[in-house]
Amino acid sequence: MKLPLLKKKTVTEASLSFTFTRRAMVVGGLQGAIGALLVGRMGWISVAENEKYNLLSESNRVNLTLIPPRRGWIIDRNGRPLANNRTDFRVDLIPERATDAENTIRSLAHLLALSDDEVDRIKEELDKSAGFRPVQVAEKLTYDQFAAVSVRLPDLPGVAPSQGFSRNYPAGATVGHLLGYVGAASAKDYEERKDPLLITPGFKVGKDGLERSFDKELTGKPGAKRVEVTARGKIVRELTTRPDTPGNAIKLTIDAGLQEYAGRRLATQSGSVVVIDCHNGDVLAMASMPSFDPNSFSDGISHLEWDMLSKDDHVPLRNKTLQGLYPPGSTVKPMVALALLEAGVSPMETVNCAGAIRVGNTLFHCHKRRGHGGLNMRGAIAQSCDIYFYQMAQRIGMDRIASMARRVGMGQKFALPFPSQSFGTVPDPAWKLKKYNQKWQVYDTVNATIGQGYMLINPLQMAVMAARLATGRQLMPNFIFGAQRPTPASVGVNEEHLVTIRDAMSAVVNGGGTGGAARIPLPGVMMAGKTGTAQVRRITMAERGGGVRSNASLPFKLRDHALFQGFAPFDNPRYAIACIIEHGGHVNRIEDAPMIAADTMTFLFDQAKAIEKLETIEKDWGGPPAERLARQMAAYRLAKAIEKGEAPLPEAANAMNASAGNGATATAAPPPAPAAEADDAPPPADSAP
Amino acid sequence: MSIVPEPLTEFPWRVLGILLAIAGFGTLVLYSAAGGSITPWAINQGVRFVIFSGMALVLSRIPLETFARLAFPAYGVVLTALFLVELIGGVAGGSQRWINLGFMQLQPSEFMKPVIVLAVARFYALLPVGEIRRWNAIWPALVLIGIPWALVLVQPDLGTATMIAAGGVTVMFLAGLPLRLFVGSGLTLAAIVPIAFSFLHDYQKNRVLIFLDPESDPLGAGYHISQSKIAIGSGGIFGKGFLKGTQSHLDYLPEGHTDFVFATMAEEWGLMGGVLLIGAFMLLFRWGIGVSLRAQDKYARLVAAGLTTTIFFYVAINLMMVMGLAPVVGIPLPFMSYGGSSMLTVMLCVGIIMAIERSGRRRSRPGNWG
Repeated sequence: MKLPLLKKKTVTEASLSFTFTRRAMVVGGLQGAIGALLVGRMGWISVAENEKYNLLSESNRVNLTLIPPRRGWIIDRNGRPLANNRTDFRVDLIPERATDAENTIRSLAHLLALSDDEVDRIKEELDKSAGFRPVQVAEKLTYDQFAAVSVRLPDLPGVAPSQGFSRNYPAGATVGHLLGYVGAASAKDYEERKDPLLITPGFKVGKDGLERSFDKELTGKPGAKRVEVTARGKIVRELTTRPDTPGNAIKLTIDAGLQEYAGRRLATQSGSVVVIDCHNGDVLAMASMPSFDPNSFSDGISHLEWDMLSKDDHVPLRNKTLQGLYPPGSTVKPMVALALLEAGVSPMETVNCAGAIRVGNTLFHCHKRRGHGGLNMRGAIAQSCDIYFYQMAQRIGMDRIASMARRVGMGQKFALPFPSQSFGTVPDPAWKLKKYNQKWQVYDTVNATIGQGYMLINPLQMAVMAARLATGRQLMPNFIFGAQRPTPASVGVNEEHLVTIRDAMSAVVNGGGTGGAARIPLPGVMMAGKTGTAQVRRITMAERGGGVRSNASLPFKLRDHALFQGFAPFDNPRYAIACIIEHGGHVNRIEDAPMIAADTMTFLFDQAKAIEKLETIEKDWGGPPAERLARQMAAYRLAKAIEKGEAPLPEAANAMNASAGNGATATAAPPPAPAAEADDAPPPADSAP
Repeated sequence: MSIVPEPLTEFPWRVLGILLAIAGFGTLVLYSAAGGSITPWAINQGVRFVIFSGMALVLSRIPLETFARLAFPAYGVVLTALFLVELIGGVAGGSQRWINLGFMQLQPSEFMKPVIVLAVARFYALLPVGEIRRWNAIWPALVLIGIPWALVLVQPDLGTATMIAAGGVTVMFLAGLPLRLFVGSGLTLAAIVPIAFSFLHDYQKNRVLIFLDPESDPLGAGYHISQSKIAIGSGGIFGKGFLKGTQSHLDYLPEGHTDFVFATMAEEWGLMGGVLLIGAFMLLFRWGIGVSLRAQDKYARLVAAGLTTTIFFYVAINLMMVMGLAPVVGIPLPFMSYGGSSMLTVMLCVGIIMAIERSGRRRSRPGNWG
């Protein structure tokens, strides 16, 4: 076993020693060389690439957090806030810093009067959340609660009180459908825009109504906070902060007082009120009740509350003013009368009403079974005689009526800043042929004449119709205060004809007509209007024979809709109004469309008087809408609990009282401190876009 | 004769001074790494250093013959321990590097680093001079190195395996084996590895690296190294200042007190600190190589140079890893990284080199030439 190639060379101890010395020096030299290489490498990293690594080190260390911008205010025509921002005091617990979480939570529960449910939730989240991610203890605290926690901080390790801003709607439910609400951006929003602001905690976007339509204007520019953070995200200290720029204020044509009044005046009914300024078409109020409370929607609505709202047969989740379509009923009669005048029918011509008329092979009835006798146009409108219009309309034909209907705004689509709207239809022979491929029949004309059949309208369109009948000008509804608009075109009718119609409409209210309940209790202010009743069921011949069932005896969903359109003062119209009560059935005079319209109109001329009346009658309904909503919620919660077997039935009555009481106190909580509001963006004096 | 008493001149002042400087600096860095606190690391490290220095001094009094005699028995014991670890690991169903002795965790692979040098050196010291150019001079050494290398590699611990192989091969090189063997196998290796590696896909390459050292990269490829480079690079020439390193204090730098302690140091002391530290290590190596060159005994020469090179491999591999020139293999930086095992091993090496120096000095007394 020899290495053949190496055989020649003889090896001695001395030569080996020499080899060792030489090789040891090579090894030492290599070590030195590698040492030099390492120094060189380090020099390269720390000197030549110093700038790059400094930057990386800074971006490691410094974390930029966005401060959500305060949302612009929405103010009414007088500068009153419809939506502002409330300083939101909240308390969080940082698990990592809490030395004795058990005790701390006990103290907090005592200080903030937390319920057992809440305490359980906090403990549960505390178990799940590891480290520095804060666990929310409570939000929407009063300043006193916030202060109480703040002064005890030294005894409460890990507790972090903080303040931010959250959206606040002072008028609550009455502006729900008008303004919509705000909420955290959805995952889809973020997918589309990729804006990091959207996923910043506390940032909300408009979800519905004007909040959604004007979201861009209302959203300001976010501020930024630079903080030093550890690798695990724990904040070590704050470095610099750039404040946010609040969003622009939006000034609406809405009158906050009127809006709230209208909402309250709708009482327990499922209805809507729209008020329009006859000078320029500005919408002064657009209330749809019952409604949701945008405050609770914006904070994240509870499952239970949503459940309750979506099951309610009064559809609080639908904006009836823009999405509710109703047969206009007799409210179209002044419009039809105007078409008759245009077609040359004399207002003095009379028709004899015997209670029914045969059209083709169908018998059409008047709402008054025994008939009105002989009536001219004024009387027919005042008494809302169907026979007069059946006869006259057949004479001039549907096309002329449809033309007038369109000119007064029925079936017209308006470009309004609302995400979801449904507009009514004005049927005519061409429309029917296109839609159903059927020929127009005489009975179609007869039906349309009294606002039934294919004819549909939404409450806003009805208010526009009232305003156009009042002024003879094609006013366009508008929500932005001071918006530039072209001068409205004329409806194209003779002024004399309009006077006739206004006089007849005044007779409806003030001349012994069907709308006596709409009389305004103020001297010198006379309302002109027209009542309407829209059937939602078919009355069979058999039933008619045995007597039509009264609305009060019918289930809610089968009752007639009650409608009213009008304007005041009748001889020099200033405001126009429309009110529709779904399934109102004219059962309750106080809560019927004419009187609600009259009281709302009264508010515009004499606030004190209107409010005085409302406060008297409101007691019978169980107080303002917020109180009723809270009580309804409490009852619903209890019913659910009983259903699940969580609450014993015998104690239900007591519990109901108790929870109702709680609900009432909760909603009656004092408004936020004025000092807090001062922090919020003040609305610029005249910044209506 | 100097007026200073002999025991004092004989005392290894110079090397102890170097060690004290490095370890003192290391303790300071650990103090900073703990956020300006002597607990938990700095105090432990300081105490350990004192104890292990004492141990090294005791070792230096032991006659070199003892080490020579004990080389093979020690090798046998450590090798047995490595087998035991492998067996226990197999039973426990996972990688195992420790034997639990009850009072401490014993890591046999750590001891193999100096012991392989002692054993291979012993082999060549016993080998008759004429045999050095025969096969008999090669294969026993390869077996001595190969068995522990393979055992450690399958643990798996690439770093330690590499160090064991490198320590053994260095002694073979110094023992005077033909140069062409090293040049030839080095070239072959250099040619084979890249070719083999290039046949792998990227993810397979990654897997190979991660397989060889699973601890290297638990989060994302290269997180450790990139954070380490950021720490060193952002330190600049003079560093961010004592206690002012953000990478280490805000926990961006992983293992900032153990394997990556150099980055912690560099962030606060900059290039200046790095140059001084590397310089101090170089002085230590120069001392070790110097001892080996002065030594007359063949075994002593091989051991001194071999152990010096072992310490050098610690430093070089660690620094290359920290600066992104080598994969993360978990080799600590002697006297700087927090941990007892590595300090014990390095102090064993230093103690044995001191013993060699001492015996060399005794022999070189007047009248003892030759």
